[in-house]
Amino acid sequence: MPEVKYKTIHRMRSFAYLFFILFISWLALTSSFQWQELSIGVFISFALSLVLHKNYLALGFPPLSIKRLVFIIIYMIMLFKEIVVANIDVAYRVIHPKMPIKPGIVLIKTGLKQDIAKMILANSITLTPGTFTLDILGDTLLIHWINVQSQKTDETTKMIGERFEKYLRVIFAE
Amino acid sequence: MNGFGTIITGIGVLFLFLGNLGVLRLPDVYNRIQAGTKCTTLGAFLAILGIGILEPSWFWKACLIALFVMATNPISSHAIARASNKIGVPLCHKTVVDQTKDFKKDRKT
Repeated sequence: MPEVKYKTIHRMRSFAYLFFILFISWLALTSSFQWQELSIGVFISFALSLVLHKNYLALGFPPLSIKRLVFIIIYMIMLFKEIVVANIDVAYRVIHPKMPIKPGIVLIKTGLKQDIAKMILANSITLTPGTFTLDILGDTLLIHWINVQSQKTDETTKMIGERFEKYLRVIFAE
Repeated sequence: MNGFGTIITGIGVLFLFLGNLGVLRLPDVYNRIQAGTKCTTLGAFLAILGIGILEPSWFWKACLIALFVMATNPISSHAIARASNKIGVPLCHKTVVDQTKDFKKDRKT
C-alpha cells in the first residue's frame, strides 16, 4: 500500500475515535472499574491507537456529528428489525413441507461511492429477508434472492437496496 | 431474571436448530447459505445474549461477542458464495433467473 500523507487534524480525530472504541471494548471485557484495570486499559488503548490510527483513517469513515449519530442509531434499530423478520421468513420457508422457494440471482445498482459504505450495504443485504450478496463490481451488486419478485434492475434496487441506502447516503454524505 | 435468560437462550437454540434443518432440506449451495447465515446470526446472537443475562458478570462480554458474530457472519457467507459463483456451482431446478452473465459483461476484462 502506498504511503499517504494525512492532515494532522484528521490523524488526531481518528486517534481519538480509535482510543474511545478500544477503551469501551476493554471496559466491556474486564467489566470492572478498579484503578489498576483502568490504567492498564488506558495504556493499551493508547499504544494500539498510536500504531493503528492510520489504518482506521484508510478505512474512510466520515467524521462524527449529531445528525450522523442519530441516523446510525435509527439504522441499527431498523437493521435489527429486518434481521428478526429475515429469520422468521427463512425459518418459515424451511419448515413448510412444500418449501415455497423461488430462488434466483439478480443485479442491483447502488449510488454509494465509498468502499466502506458499499461494504456496509452488502453486509446489511446479507442479513435481511432472503437476500445475500454474491459479488460487487463498481456500482453493481450481484444478489441471490430466495423469493424472486422482480427481474428488472430498477425494481430490484428499490425493493432490496433502497431501504438501507437512504440512511447510508445521509451517514456517508460529504 | 433466571427464567428470562433461559427463554432467550431457548429461542436462540430453536433458531440454530432451524438453520441446521434448512442446510439439510434446501436444494443447492446458495439456498443453504441463506439458511446458514440467517438463522445462525439470530440464533447465536440470542443464545450468547441469554447466557449474558443468566450470568450478569458476563453481560458486557457477551454483548461484545454477539456484536462480533453479527459483523463477521455475513463476511464468511459472502466468501463461500462468491467462490462457488466464480467456479460455477450449478443452481437448482427451481431457480427462476440467473443474471450472472450480465454482471460479467460489465466487467470489460
